[in-house]
Amino acid sequence: MKRALKKQPLPGGSEWSFESIDRYHTEIARVAAAYGLDTYPVQIEIITAEQMMDAYASVGMPVNYHHWSFGKQFLSTEKGYRRGQMGLAYEIVINSNPCIAYLMEENTLPMQGLVIAHAAYGHNSFFKGNYMFRTWTNADAIIDYLVFAKNYIAHCEERYGVEEVELLLDSCHALMNLGVDRYKRPPKLSMAKEKLRQDEREEYLQTQVNDLWRTLPTHEARGDTKRERRFPEEPEENLLYFIEKSAPLLEPWQREVVRIVRKIAQYFFPQRQTQVMNEGWASYWHYTLLNTLYDEGLLSDSFMLEFLQSHTNVVYQPPYNVRWYNGINPYALGFAMWTDIRRMCENPTEEDRQWFPEVAGSNWLETFDFAMRNFKDESFVAQYLSPKVMRDFRMFAILDDEHQGNLQVSAIHDDRGFRRVREILSEHYNLGSREPNIQVWNVDLRGDRSLTLRHQSWRSRPLSGSAEEVVKHIARLWGFPVRLESVNDAGVVQLIHETRLEKRKARN
Amino acid sequence: MIRIIDRRFDSRNKSAVNRQRFVRRFKQQIRRAVSDAIQGRSIRDLDNGEHISIPSKDLSEPHFQHGKGGIWEQVYTGNDQFASGDQIKRPQGGGAGGSGSGKVGKDGESEDDFVFQLSREEFLDIFFDDLALPNLIRTQLARVTDYKTQRAGFTSSGVPANINIIRSLRGALGRRLALGSPYSARLRELKDALDEAIAQYGEDSEEVRELRDEIGRLRAKIEAIPFIDSFDLRYNNRVKIPQPTTQAVMFCVMDVSGSMDEEKKATAKRFFMLLYLFLTRTYEHIEVVFIRHHTVAKETDEDEFFHSRESGGTVVSSALELMRDIIRERYAGGQWNIYGAQASDGDNWDNDSPICRELLANEILPWCQYFAYIEITPGEPQNLWREYEKILGHSANFAMQRIESPADIYPVFRELFKKSLV
Repeated sequence: MKRALKKQPLPGGSEWSFESIDRYHTEIARVAAAYGLDTYPVQIEIITAEQMMDAYASVGMPVNYHHWSFGKQFLSTEKGYRRGQMGLAYEIVINSNPCIAYLMEENTLPMQGLVIAHAAYGHNSFFKGNYMFRTWTNADAIIDYLVFAKNYIAHCEERYGVEEVELLLDSCHALMNLGVDRYKRPPKLSMAKEKLRQDEREEYLQTQVNDLWRTLPTHEARGDTKRERRFPEEPEENLLYFIEKSAPLLEPWQREVVRIVRKIAQYFFPQRQTQVMNEGWASYWHYTLLNTLYDEGLLSDSFMLEFLQSHTNVVYQPPYNVRWYNGINPYALGFAMWTDIRRMCENPTEEDRQWFPEVAGSNWLETFDFAMRNFKDESFVAQYLSPKVMRDFRMFAILDDEHQGNLQVSAIHDDRGFRRVREILSEHYNLGSREPNIQVWNVDLRGDRSLTLRHQSWRSRPLSGSAEEVVKHIARLWGFPVRLESVNDAGVVQLIHETRLEKRKARN
Repeated sequence: MIRIIDRRFDSRNKSAVNRQRFVRRFKQQIRRAVSDAIQGRSIRDLDNGEHISIPSKDLSEPHFQHGKGGIWEQVYTGNDQFASGDQIKRPQGGGAGGSGSGKVGKDGESEDDFVFQLSREEFLDIFFDDLALPNLIRTQLARVTDYKTQRAGFTSSGVPANINIIRSLRGALGRRLALGSPYSARLRELKDALDEAIAQYGEDSEEVRELRDEIGRLRAKIEAIPFIDSFDLRYNNRVKIPQPTTQAVMFCVMDVSGSMDEEKKATAKRFFMLLYLFLTRTYEHIEVVFIRHHTVAKETDEDEFFHSRESGGTVVSSALELMRDIIRERYAGGQWNIYGAQASDGDNWDNDSPICRELLANEILPWCQYFAYIEITPGEPQNLWREYEKILGHSANFAMQRIESPADIYPVFRELFKKSLV
């Protein structure tokens, strides 16, 4: 059929126009559909470099509330760009429905084609299919929610002063990484619902806090003082949630701001955990889609040369001993793994049959779809990283124990080491071990209302120096003394920081 | 069908607010940086922004992170020499290479300063903040006020007085030609046909009458095209070009005797800068003459003026004499507006001060638009101050002020402003 209808090649050259982008998109969409990629509708937006920097500054979102840290981000991006130290990313794509992909005006036509394939079909299908995104984000509502958040915070600034809001946001930002329920599914966001419920919630929340203010003795009648009520009853890992619901001194509007920061943090939660998969997936698909078009005779050689050059730059993995080595490049690892999965499906070796009996020889599109939907980086690596990829990357693991004089090579890419290397790498992508585990442990209800946080130390790694600053931020939100304790592997509890507020904010 | 939205013409500078927030938040640090920058730049160099650098740690956003230490096990790529079980010496320098997680690496290394570009407006704003300028003056200073109108082509809208007749008629003619051309071509054809028909069938035949009728209709159509239409009109366009007026010379006179320390000089520098800024708003061309003095006066360039070190006693009259001589030599003849600015800590030889007063009152002030004296001293007024006070009543173009901090500088110029604003 394709042979019979000889297609007109796509426009060449480096200048893009709306017509040519439209034609590229039509062809890419056709091929993507043939491969069975399920995507949100695509909305392409053309923006200037300056607007790209704006988007960068507000963490890639088209709207966001105002905060100095975004200004700082903007200034450093701008500086880097002006001096030519860094190029801007070619694309930003937003996990929303419709999926918004930004194309930068300065890109050449081949770059625009690459971005459409990478962002508008690769990332887009990942956003729609992967369970992390399906669980934690709500593509239909995010833009609306951000508009709501921006307006609400602007409103607060007008009412309570820019400074006041800024301090609050600073404190919330410090806890942004601890604002997620890792195991509970969050409720859906919706602008209309948010607005409707907001007032109701404000009042309700305030009444909940009153538990902390209760002064009537309730336990006197009972004999067993040992069974005194703990608060919170279970340790709470979601610090922002806990503060929003329980901090005794916050005003209703402050709770709402805490909630906004928490909701936005939650939106980024899946992205932090699926970088390798997501970037690898998108890179794999831009590579495959454009090559398919080339095989159909739609793309010129010059297009392919420019495309391949950017592609190889993106998926390059430098070795450990060069100066610009900066860890494992998620694009490189992800691309290599997806390519390898397809290889195992289509041309399995004996080794593959042994390691991956259910993958080897299966239908690659089905295997891809299953893997994309049901994994995050940690489990994806644990499940699919094959000996071949480890060999190709020449991976090795180094154990750095501060109690040992030397570093030790714990495993390399050989038969004995494959499983160990894979395990370590998978652990590296485990958010639970990458970030310190800090939970709300107790509130001293009967005494000074102080809040105790516990850090469960992991492989005896200490907290970094900025912990003290963060504790100050928590104390600002909590309004009473805050203690941070650390529990080491042996179960010994040790107090690290304690903050006492100099003066308490006057209630009005 | 795909939706392609062109956002390029949407609002730019979405981050402007965030940028302002940033500047506001770190005003203290930025002010310090601006203050350093002022030491470094020429007093004439006020129309540029400035690179500001702030220590990164001042503006870090804290998070809970793993610090250095404990047990780390990491996967690296590109193995070229290791086998499992190998022992490697821990690299020096905090083990950043060993436990090379990005976070840990950052923790251990010293970070560069955060550098960014402050725009001219932001720079001046902070400069003015220091000097405690009232807002009205700020806007007047930061703005270029004088304009001269200049022709700049033509526009299609304007007031009737500006109509450009030639352009308008030329446009009208072109339009008439363009609109009428299909009719004219047809008309020519018909005329030829008419001539032929006359020759063939005679004057009264049916064909000739029909042709004449049609020619008549075409003529009417051509005439129906309006001679001039409102969109033919072209107006002379005039734009306003900022136009500073004339030329001025500014004398900076400073005492560099031993008692003037760096801090006092920095205050004096701001005083000169502010005067210069005032003058640039009024004059097109400004020359600056630097005179430094201790017991003898010397004309210098700016760098030497502020930075060279000398010490010794103080004879202020030497500087005033030099200034008088320079005025006579180079700036006499009324083509120059002469401004004087003198900074000193007030120390002078006792018997020199009356001489200064006379020099100033009789030989310098008559030539000057304005002469300002600042005495930078936290203590009691010195003898020079008391002598100068005697002039204060007599001359409207003399101002003096005792200064402890840069915020005291502005009142010196208040009088000058009242005058130039009227």
